Parts: sequence; structure tokens; C-alpha cells
Amino acid sequence: MAATSFKTIGKPRRRVDGRAKVTGQTKFADDLMLPRMVHCKLLRSTLPHARVVRIDASRALAHPGVHLVMTGRDFPIPYGILPVSQDEHALAIDRVRFVGDPVAAVIARDELTAFDALDLIDVEYEPLRTFADPEESLTHSTPRIHDYGDAGNIHKIVSLGFGDVEQAFADADHVFEDTFFYQGSTHLPIEQHAAVAAKDPDGKLVLWSSTQTPHYVHRALAKALAIPAAHVRVIATPNGGGFGGKSDPFNHEVVIAKAAMLLDRPVKICLTREEVFYCHRGRHPVLMHFKTGVKRDGTITGLHVKTLLDGGAYGSYGVASTFYTGALQTVTYHIPTYHFQGCRVFTNKPPCGPKRGHGTPQSRFGQEIQLDKIAETLSLDPAELRLRIVERPDTLTANYLRIGTIGLAECIRRVTHAADWSSTYRKLPPGHGVGIACSSYLSGAGLPIYWNDMPHSGVQLKLDRSGGVTAFCGATEIGQGSDDVLVACVAEILGIDPIDIRAVTGDTDLTPVDLGSYSSRVTLMMGNAAIQAAERARDLLAEAVASKINVPKDRLVFAERRVFDAENPATGVAFSDAVCLAETMFGTIGTTGSYTPPRSAAKFKGGGVGPSPTYSYSAAIVEVTVEPSTGWIDVPRVWIAHDIGRALNPTLVRGQVEGSVYMALGEALMEEQTFRRLPPRLSHALVHKFPSMLEYKSPTTMDMPDVITELVEAPDPRGPFGAKEVGQGPLLPVMPAVANAVYDAIGVRIDEVPITPEKILKALDAKAAGKTPRYGPSRFPDIAWPETLQVPPPWEGGDGTAVNDQRRSVPDTRERHGASASAPGVGPRRYEKVGPRER
Amino acid sequence: MMRLPYFRYHAPRTVAEAADLLSKGDAMIVAGGTDLLPNMKRRQQVPGTLVGLRNIAELRGISNGDPSTKLRVAPSLSRGDGLMIGAGVTLTELVRDVRLRQGYGGQAPVTGPYAGLWQAARQVATPQLRNMGTIGGNLCLDTRCNYYDQNYEWRKAIDFCMKKDGETCWVATSSPKCLAVSSTDTAPALVSLGAGVTLASATGTRHLPLADLYQNDGIHYLTRRPDEILTAVHLPRLDGWRSTYWKLRRRGAFDFPVLGVACALKLDRSGTVEAARIVLGAVASRPLESSNGAAALVGHALTDEAIAHAADAAAQPARPMDNTDYTLHWRKRVTRDFVTYALRELRGDDTRELRRRVARQELLTM
Repeated sequence: MAATSFKTIGKPRRRVDGRAKVTGQTKFADDLMLPRMVHCKLLRSTLPHARVVRIDASRALAHPGVHLVMTGRDFPIPYGILPVSQDEHALAIDRVRFVGDPVAAVIARDELTAFDALDLIDVEYEPLRTFADPEESLTHSTPRIHDYGDAGNIHKIVSLGFGDVEQAFADADHVFEDTFFYQGSTHLPIEQHAAVAAKDPDGKLVLWSSTQTPHYVHRALAKALAIPAAHVRVIATPNGGGFGGKSDPFNHEVVIAKAAMLLDRPVKICLTREEVFYCHRGRHPVLMHFKTGVKRDGTITGLHVKTLLDGGAYGSYGVASTFYTGALQTVTYHIPTYHFQGCRVFTNKPPCGPKRGHGTPQSRFGQEIQLDKIAETLSLDPAELRLRIVERPDTLTANYLRIGTIGLAECIRRVTHAADWSSTYRKLPPGHGVGIACSSYLSGAGLPIYWNDMPHSGVQLKLDRSGGVTAFCGATEIGQGSDDVLVACVAEILGIDPIDIRAVTGDTDLTPVDLGSYSSRVTLMMGNAAIQAAERARDLLAEAVASKINVPKDRLVFAERRVFDAENPATGVAFSDAVCLAETMFGTIGTTGSYTPPRSAAKFKGGGVGPSPTYSYSAAIVEVTVEPSTGWIDVPRVWIAHDIGRALNPTLVRGQVEGSVYMALGEALMEEQTFRRLPPRLSHALVHKFPSMLEYKSPTTMDMPDVITELVEAPDPRGPFGAKEVGQGPLLPVMPAVANAVYDAIGVRIDEVPITPEKILKALDAKAAGKTPRYGPSRFPDIAWPETLQVPPPWEGGDGTAVNDQRRSVPDTRERHGASASAPGVGPRRYEKVGPRER
Repeated sequence: MMRLPYFRYHAPRTVAEAADLLSKGDAMIVAGGTDLLPNMKRRQQVPGTLVGLRNIAELRGISNGDPSTKLRVAPSLSRGDGLMIGAGVTLTELVRDVRLRQGYGGQAPVTGPYAGLWQAARQVATPQLRNMGTIGGNLCLDTRCNYYDQNYEWRKAIDFCMKKDGETCWVATSSPKCLAVSSTDTAPALVSLGAGVTLASATGTRHLPLADLYQNDGIHYLTRRPDEILTAVHLPRLDGWRSTYWKLRRRGAFDFPVLGVACALKLDRSGTVEAARIVLGAVASRPLESSNGAAALVGHALTDEAIAHAADAAAQPARPMDNTDYTLHWRKRVTRDFVTYALRELRGDDTRELRRRVARQELLTM
């Protein structure tokens, strides 16, 4: 179908859930009020690392209005998002690992009573050595924060080699080495996590929760509470923002689920903003080292990346995050040889996890700044350098990622044209500059969190005699517009209006499984499933209508709520009549569709992270002004081009692009999830510096620059109607583009985020003193890396397996695939590299 | 969410009635509640009784000052004969008052005598908070500190601090006094204008220069007794004066100042400074007046050299600590830049572009 023939797709439309949201009628989790409902508050650790010696809750239990007090003894079964990191208990069993780790729960008649009762719980702690930063965790292997992991306080350490990078450096005309630091940040959704649990009249558990991943919460609850999964229903309420922060099963969900089952009363919990900072799962702080060999013309000969991730106190998605810091460097530019080493350590801080861009913005920041430095040394325009080295479409990269369409070159051309790059770059007056950077992101993770061969997304359609259609899908509306995408895909195929379709989503009892709103997977996967279900329904209707009006089936057109003859449009029936005809012919009309991503070409351990059906591309130019006397930085404009494949609803796509720019500027300029350690001689404290929306600085509307968005549309055959992702990718190029713009403006390199006036002034001071005009980390620590898994790249005859991995002998391909999947923590435990205790 | 503790609430209709309620102890005043209520949720203050001032009509107006008002104010700045602002006037009402905006329409140069107050009020928090927050509340704003403005559980994790429930000042552990920071925007502006205030209690009424309302102690930062109500702010007539306020904060809304620079001065016909006041906010536990900075200007034209000299002198007493946003060294260092911005603006320089970059907005009157 040609683009011009679309009735719904590609048209800027009001989203289907828009009316409910702007009129305040959307029911978020905190809006739910059930009869006899009681309220939960969690007592959280006041120590960063300690043994729990004794908990005495008797005074709290005696407090008027308190129904129940629970402790770790009520939750003996651990859980966690990844099968290889089942390291969380809903309440601490015998150890707390950060200030904010839950220790006990009070369920009371109201929140205030529960809060007051928390202070009546006496907890005796025995403080343990505290690990505040990754180097401490590398240096001291005891006490171990967890009794699993690759060694001591190292959670995960990996080394992957694709070809001979040392030879590539020897063959290069220039070799560049840089160290960068990317500070941690948190998601800051406006809606704090909230949930309500109830025992339904049949005695089964229902949980309404502000979650991005109801399917994974469903599995975690069944496991942690030892309830048959068929007796657990999880309903994802519309999320008031997620950004990755609501992708894990959370302790508060497990706690209220158990409390509701024990009390046989609905139990609600609404986290405070402080508690959301403690849930975290945000951007890992990453120290990284980039070594790149280039030829005089800019051709890259090889790349060696080392990353050190500060994981915080729990595993979360951390194994996947570790691999993600090394996964996507190869999909933007042609990199013939590649060596990646990554290490994630535990520290006594809230756990890090997936935040928009999951693990990739950090290394993208380093890569794109280093390219700017390379361009300068080679006397090349940085846009021109990138155009020279853009990877080709339909390529298998050195690390076995299969790339589909690549709109990156077009993104660069569009954004440089829009920003008038050739007359501004290096040509603006002092204190005023522009910078460019590019990026790429997955359109959905190619592998699920837990190993299985089933579809990643399923859609069911119910067609009604009235002409109404209901679309059921497990996908979760987190503000990104997934309900609208679902409805639009179905409407387009069936020729009806989106408003004729009701979306029922994110309910594990009612909807087929969709893995969740993470990894930018929903539009592509759910969209393809929806198209399949709708096409199956259309076939049934077409057959019935064809027989009724005596027109060949393939001449029928579905449009304008009618089914009619393409050659004689007056001949046809209303859509609702078509449904009745089909129901008469076939019985009740319902169809299903599902989507399973293509098999990954990567078969080595660790190859499970990075594969995707296709990749989106972005290029951004940022304009900055910098006051030389204060370092004050202002961003008046951002131009950004995004390769979307096809914009299903351009209004939503532009919203995602602008939202990404907003979040990116927060990370680039101000956001910091940082901690304060008090003088150790006086205190054990290691606390979040400012767990509040006031003092954790994130941009306001007043700080938002003008954003000029260019959408590059070259439909990708792997996407629904050719669409790729937009939820995460456009965030990635902005941070390095800011850093490159600062250099253009004032001649100093800020090799870390956030880029603050203080750092700019320090770099200017260094420049004035004749030192390197730079602010950033100076060294990457020595880490005892494991033996590198050697995977010859495709052009060296490789088949995607490691030559020195003994598990290559596993005979069954499915199991071998599972072994590769286990790297991000998704495989059967027997294939996972185990810690010393288990070895 | 965080919940308020239980408290009794009274809504008197007269100042006398309110003063009577306050005299009984364990009571606090609440006007807009934008400072106190979040603090109560964090258990920084847990009064048994709140006396609400919203129904007291006599606190609500702005009127031309009464020439007979006898205020014991600095001799250089005469009496409370300019404007009288009721303490219950909201910040939104204040920024809408044309008498404040006079000579300031976002244009350069800024000539209005009260423009500094308008700029300060206009940059407090956000529109929603300005709709609720009052001038009296902003003047009495609790001092702020990153170790103190935290919820109960967080403060428990550091074993509390000197300002509430603890013994140590974690900002400087050897400090005998609390180092929480004066974070009001309007106080430096009003002090620079020579404002006075009226305090009423069950035992009587007193007037004092606004500068004397403050003392440099993070806990006892006000000389107001707990049973006193700040009822009015008095501004002298300032014919021939011009004033301005520059605020340093990370974002264009919401944030408390990490530096405020209020300058007011009077120029003679030749452009020579006849009188001047420079007051810094957010660099101590009280608004900090720099008489050396002002003295450096008097008798001089506002040349670049004179401004640089005054800025150096004015910035010298700033003592930022590590308890707000931004590093203390940087905040100290840029103080002179901000004083320079303010003085250049008063000289008549077109600082609109700089203002836009710093304030992240045009600061238009509307």
C-alpha cells in the first residue's frame, strides 16, 4: 500500500487516550479507592550497609489503627527481574544494603497512622563497611554486598573480542585514547509509583500497579508469594511516566499483595517522591575508556571500549546494562574490529537499572565526543567525518548485530541543513557554539528477559455486530501512546476510525502477553501483532462480503467504515454489516496476531544483548552560549533529525522526540543522582544528596530550548507500516552534542556529564594556566579482566560463536541460543557463568 | 504521599484575635502555607496549633504610604511614606501592582524605584506558589539547608542536625551555630529599598527596619518573637532612585536563590552616585548588606572601573557554604559577576539578553 492511500497511519491525530488525560479522567493507580481499603507504609533502612540483628514491632502492632506489621520473615523467597539476579527480598531478611532498603511494612487504617507506627518499630543494626563508589568495591572484596556475582563485590565482568584490535591500532594513522564519565540520573516520572492489591471474591490476587511490565510483575508475584500464576492478576494502570523506572517488580508490590491476601482487604501504597528515588533503577554512573584507531581519511580501524558501572545495591537489569554499554557502538559507523570490556560493581546505593536508552547513552557520549576530537585532529568537519563512516544498511556488524535500514546519513544531511551548519560551525563569535552528534537505538530487544521461544507480543480482536472492535494486548500505556498505536494499526487495516476501537491493555487476565513497555519494543512488536490480527479479521469479513455482493475478494477495499468494490465504490456494505455477514458465515468473529523477533545472528555468550529487529537513527545539533567569566551555559536551540521509518502518528512521534531532548538536556546540564557520606569518624551515613523534585535538578519548561524536529521516513520492512522506534533513540545524541557545542563555543572539553558552569570554569582556568583545556576523569582503574571471548567478525569467516568458549560443544541449537541469551541474564542458570561460591 | 501531622486550625478575622491565639503558645502562623506545610509534612515543624491569616482583611491591601508613619529606619532613606504592603498580599498580587512595575517593563534601562522588588517577587518559585505565597511569608521564610530540608526518615539517617532534633551542624561539624541559608528573594530587595516592617502581638505593636528583623543564625534567623505577627511592610518614597535584583538559581523557575543581588541607588543629574545600597541574599543566614560595596560607589559615576571596584568590595563578605545547589567556591566566585550585572543594568546598559540567559526568561510584566 502506498503511503498516500493510508487513512489513519501517518496523519497527525489526537491520541485516543488524550481526552481522558486532559480532562483528568484517566484513573491512575493512586485514583483507585476500594471499599475497606487500608494503607501501607514501608520502614526503610537508615543505614547504608548493616546486618539486621533484631526487629521488634510489638509497639507498632499495639498502635491504634494498625492492622498488620510484616518483616523479612514474611517474604522468604527472593525475586528479581533477571533470572540470574534473583537477589531481592520484599523486606530485608538479615541485611540492608542502602539507605532506603525496606525493612518492615505497616498496614493501617490510613497513611498517617501507618507513618506514625513506623517510628514505633525498633530495629537493631550492626553496621558493615560501606561502599560508596566503584573503586572501593573493586579494591575491597569483603564484606560482599551479595553472596553471588563474578567475584567479591563485582556483579558482572565481561570481555568480548571481535577481530584483532591491537593489529588495527598498529595499522591506524592515529590512535585516540580518552576517558569519560557519565553521571547517574533518575527517571523522575511525575507519577510516583503506586499500587493497590486485593483478594478478589474467588480468593485470587489482583494487583493494580503503575508498572511498565505487568507480565514480569505477574511472574515475580507468583514466585515470591508461591501462588499459582493462574491465580494472580496484574493490571497495569496508565503510568504517569515510566522511562524505565517502573520496569522491575518492586518490593512494595510484593508487600501489599501479601498483605491483601492475609487481611482479605484491599491494600494501597503510594510512594513518596523520596521513595521513588530509592526505587531508582536509573542511569548507571559509568566511567569509560575509549581507544580508537583511524586512518587519515577518518576510516575507523578498530575500537576498544572499557566501562565501569556503579550498579548500586541490587542486580536489577544490571547484567544487561553492562552489555549494553558495549553493544551499540558498532551500529552507527563501520567498525571492523572491536573489543569490549565491561564491569559492574555493587555499591551501597539505590540500585541502578534501565533508564531511557538503557546503558547506551553513556558510551554514546564518549564515542561521539571522541569523534569530534578525531575530526579536529584530521581537519575534517565532524558532520562530514560521520557521513564518511556511516555503516551500510542490511549489514551484519562486527559483533553480529543485523542492521536493517539506516537513515543516519539522511538525518545528518537534514539536521545540518536545518541548522545551517556550514555557516555556523567554528564560525560563531566566542562564547557561542554549535555541536553535532549521532546515535542509534534498538526497536525492541531481540530476546525476552526469560528464555522462551514464544511470541513477544500478542493481540486479540473481538469484532462486534455494532461495528465496534475491541483490541486486547498486554502492552502498557506509559504515556508514550501505545494504546493509540494499537488502535491505529487495527483501524487502518479494517478501514474504520480509531475512535471505533476500544483498547484493553495491560491486564494479565484479559489480554494476551506483551512483554512490556521497555526497550522501545511496543510499536514494532505490538504493531506487527495488531496488523496480523487485523488482517486475519479483514480476510474473514472480505470473504463474507465478497460472497454477498458478488465481487472478487481481492477487489474489496476497507475504508471510511465501509467495505466496497474498488472498481465500483458505490457497491459495498457498511463495516458493521460486514461484521454481521462474517458472523453469519463463520460464527463469532475474533482473531489473534502475534510477533516474534527474528533469530539473532550472535551466538556467543553476551550476544543476547543488542540484537533487535531494526535500529532507529538520530542526529542532533545543539547551539550553546557560554559566559566566559562564570561558565554559565544556555541552550537556545536544538535541531534533531530522527529516522523513524514511518511516523504512525506524527504528533506522538514529535512528542517523543521533544521529550527525549528535554530529558537529554537534563542529563547533559544538571541531573545528578549523587550521595553524601558524612565524616566517618562521626557517622555511618551515606545518603542520597537530595531525594526531592526541588533539589534534584531537572529542567522546567522555562529551561526548554526551541526544538526543531525533522522526521526521516524511509519505511523499514520489519516495522509495522515501516515504523521504527522513537521513545529512546532521540535522547542519545543530545548530550555529546552539548559537549561538542561547548568546545566550539569556548574551546574547552567537558568529558563528563552533567556539564555545569563550575566545570566549564575549571576547564577555562586550566586553559588559562596552560594546562589541558579540559574537565573530566583522568584515569580508568586497572581491572582484572577475564579471558576475552574471541568471536571472529563476519568478514573474517566467523559464524557468531566464540572460538574459545568450551560451551560451543552444546549440541542443540536451541540450547545454544539459550546460552547466548543467558548473558543478559535470561537463560537457564546452568549456562550462566557462576560466582566463586557456586564454582 | 507524605501526610501532615494532626494540628488544630484557627482562622481569626482580626489581627488582635490572631495575636491572642498566638500568645497561648505552641502555635504557628500560616498564610499561604507554601513553606510551612511541606515543612510540617517533613516534620521540620510540628506545631499543635496553626493560626491562619487568610481571613484577616487588614493584611490584604497595598496602599500609598502614610506620611505620618514613623519608622525607625536608616536616616538616608527616610520614612514609610511610599507604599504600605499588607503582609498577607500574595506575591502574585504584588507583581501585578502597577506601582511596583513603574519604570520596568522588561525594557532597558530600568528606572523604577521599586523595580528590584518587582523582579525579586516575580522570580520567587513558580506562578502557582506565588498565587498562594505572601510577602510576609517570604520575608519570614525558614532558612534552608540540604541537611535540613529533607523528610523525617532521611534526617534520621544522618542522626538529624542542629536545626531540628539533632546536635551537629553537618555543614561544618565544628560550627557552634546553624549555617542554614536565608533563601528569601524579597528580603534583600526590600532591605536595599530601606523598607520597614510592623510586628503586632497581644502586648502591642512595634515598627523596625526590615534589616533588623534578621540575624545571622540559621535557627534564630528572625528577631520576631513567636507571638508576634508581621502585619505590614513599609516602603519609603524613593524619588530619583532606581533598583534591581539579580537572582542566581539553576533553573528558570521553582528554585530558591543560591545568590541574590539587590542594588538600589540614586544618581544625580551628572550621573554621579548620591546614595547606594547593595544587599546579598543566600550567602549567609540573613540578607547581607555590603556597606563597603555601596560606599565604593558613592561620589563616583558608574564607570566600568567603579563598578568593578564596588563588585569586588560587595562580594567580599559572601560566605556561601556547602548546603545548597552548586559548589560553594563557584557561588562565591560569581558573586562579583552578579553585582556587576546589577550595577550595569542600573547604569542603563541593555542587559536584557544577559538577563534572559541567566533568568531563562524575559521577566516581562504581564
